[in-house]
Amino acid sequence: MAIASSDTAIRTGRFTRTLIYVVLILFVLFYMLPLYVMLVNSVKPLGEITGGGMMSLPTAFTLEPWAKAWSTAQIGVEPTGLQPYFWNSISMVVPAVVISTTLGALNGYILTKWRFRGDTILFGLMLFSCFIPFQIVLIPMAAILGKLGLSGSTAGLVLVHVVYGVGFSTLYFRNYYAAFPTELVRAAQIDGAGFFQIFWRILLPSSGPIIVVCVIWQFTNIWNDFLFGASFASGDGAPMTVALNNLVQSSTGVKEYNVHFAGAILAAMPTLLVYIVAGRYFVRGLMAGSVKG
Amino acid sequence: MGFLDINNVTKSYGTVEVLHRVNIAVEEGEFLVLVGPSGCGKSTLLNMIAGLEEITSGDIRIKDSVMNGVHPSNRNIAMVFQSYALYPNMTVGQNITFGLEMHGVPKPEREKAMADVARLLQIEQLLDRKPGQLSGGQRQRVAMGRALVRNPDVFLFDEPLSNLDAKLRVDMRTEIKKLHQKLGTTIVYVTHDQIEAMTLSTRIAVMNGGYVQQLGTPKEIYDTPANLFVATFMGSPSMNLINVTVQVDGNSVYAKTQNDQGKDLRLALYEPSEALKAFDGKDVILGVRSEALTDVEGADQRSSHVEVIRNTVTVTEPAGSDTFVATTVGGAECVARMRADTDVSPGQQAEFAFNMEKAVVFDPETENRIQ
Repeated sequence: MAIASSDTAIRTGRFTRTLIYVVLILFVLFYMLPLYVMLVNSVKPLGEITGGGMMSLPTAFTLEPWAKAWSTAQIGVEPTGLQPYFWNSISMVVPAVVISTTLGALNGYILTKWRFRGDTILFGLMLFSCFIPFQIVLIPMAAILGKLGLSGSTAGLVLVHVVYGVGFSTLYFRNYYAAFPTELVRAAQIDGAGFFQIFWRILLPSSGPIIVVCVIWQFTNIWNDFLFGASFASGDGAPMTVALNNLVQSSTGVKEYNVHFAGAILAAMPTLLVYIVAGRYFVRGLMAGSVKG
Repeated sequence: MGFLDINNVTKSYGTVEVLHRVNIAVEEGEFLVLVGPSGCGKSTLLNMIAGLEEITSGDIRIKDSVMNGVHPSNRNIAMVFQSYALYPNMTVGQNITFGLEMHGVPKPEREKAMADVARLLQIEQLLDRKPGQLSGGQRQRVAMGRALVRNPDVFLFDEPLSNLDAKLRVDMRTEIKKLHQKLGTTIVYVTHDQIEAMTLSTRIAVMNGGYVQQLGTPKEIYDTPANLFVATFMGSPSMNLINVTVQVDGNSVYAKTQNDQGKDLRLALYEPSEALKAFDGKDVILGVRSEALTDVEGADQRSSHVEVIRNTVTVTEPAGSDTFVATTVGGAECVARMRADTDVSPGQQAEFAFNMEKAVVFDPETENRIQ
């Protein structure tokens, strides 16, 4: 029917709806404002910013701040730009995410499908690691990295992030696999599949959503980490976040705000990309983990 | 020595014993059904045969070799699960051949075995689909295909029909029976549905509280239940149980009770045993199945001993094929199975015929049948 009667829920809700949308749109605009400021100012010559036109669109559009932030800006003492530190971060994040996700998946598999005495206590202790503030472990961690001969290296940072990440990734996979029917594992056992065959052939192919959740979570956290990067990596080995800080906090010369904005966007780009590519699986995965079973 | 031997098997979780000294010998080609209410230990026993749970004491042998501690995949068994447990990421074909693949069977042989099974179960057109795209009945077939393809010594079924709707359940039941007749395989089948147990099995083990209450053919279980639990658990409607007093009079033994007007009734028991005569003057429980309590015209013509009483009808329940008529005898509610078009209505007096040949007597103290 094209004409709805006047007392359906849809018609009476129209005013409320409009109000809700107006409020929501205002929130969105407010939320997007910093991004707007960053974007607009990263493509202006420095003069336009210092002249007081922080909110206005650029009159002379230029990509030069971007190029400078990437390859020639002064980071610490060297005019290298953020580029080498970007690769530092990549070579830290990728192994750390892969290793912590793999370990988390294996832990989740064992904690739900190969139960043993004390497994819930062990899981509780692993969860505990999610809630220990980073600052507390700085000194013991530094001591251990020193003993292992990994201090100041990317490998050391990878280790730190894996250790911290395993708590969360185990939590994700354990809860996901708890809803995974144990009968499937039993059927596979009767079919003659071993420990790793069951994991590889039965569980992993059904774990897409939770892998995405875990990867996004780990990637964002590790990429954005500043504290461990500043504490355990020095000079040339520093990750992107530390390099960005060094760029912005440099005490010599003129503050090149346009370069700083461009650098900040460059630093945020990978996590943004991960969200854009895998974001819709993220929500789906979170739902699947919580509602199913 | 049977094909599958369960000798003195017990199962404990910590200090709690959930299965007590189970002894069952299954012959080759037998269809054994383990039946009982939830928590009776039937699934635990099946899982122990499969090797999915450890045996606390006793042993399980298949073809005379002890299976304790043998990995499930090396017992040459196959199992069909209640949820079917089909691998969701694999096609039907891959599901069926996964076990063969894990046992290192070469691909051409796997393909052939799969084709044979698919033809047998008529699932050839489904081989490329994923389990998520199948209906309940189709999944059930695939689950059976996965079991059949390995050509195991023993098939284990764990409540395989309980996830299907009523009509499909009856169809699949017939199909499982046909399959068993055709292939002659040894099957152990767990269910809580006593009709499934009766229709499918060659033998039934009725379990309760971790004990096997009775092991026998469906007819033995139904006609001569070992105790009150078996009598009430098997059969629908449940067996009528009437409190009576034994009265020995010469060679005859009577069960004395009262009808619903307080008038004394004396039902002569058929071929009373010596054990029963020893109960002279004592209270016992008379068990009568509803089909042994009928209208006079519906009574078994071949029965040599029918007792007729007059009593008041309390409720009638027409079920299409029969009419169930409730009445009160000796203070106990009894259900009689009368002909569909029998002419009785509630409140009316009617004649009820007891087929005493089929009546059984239980000792109220031990709850065992007096033989």
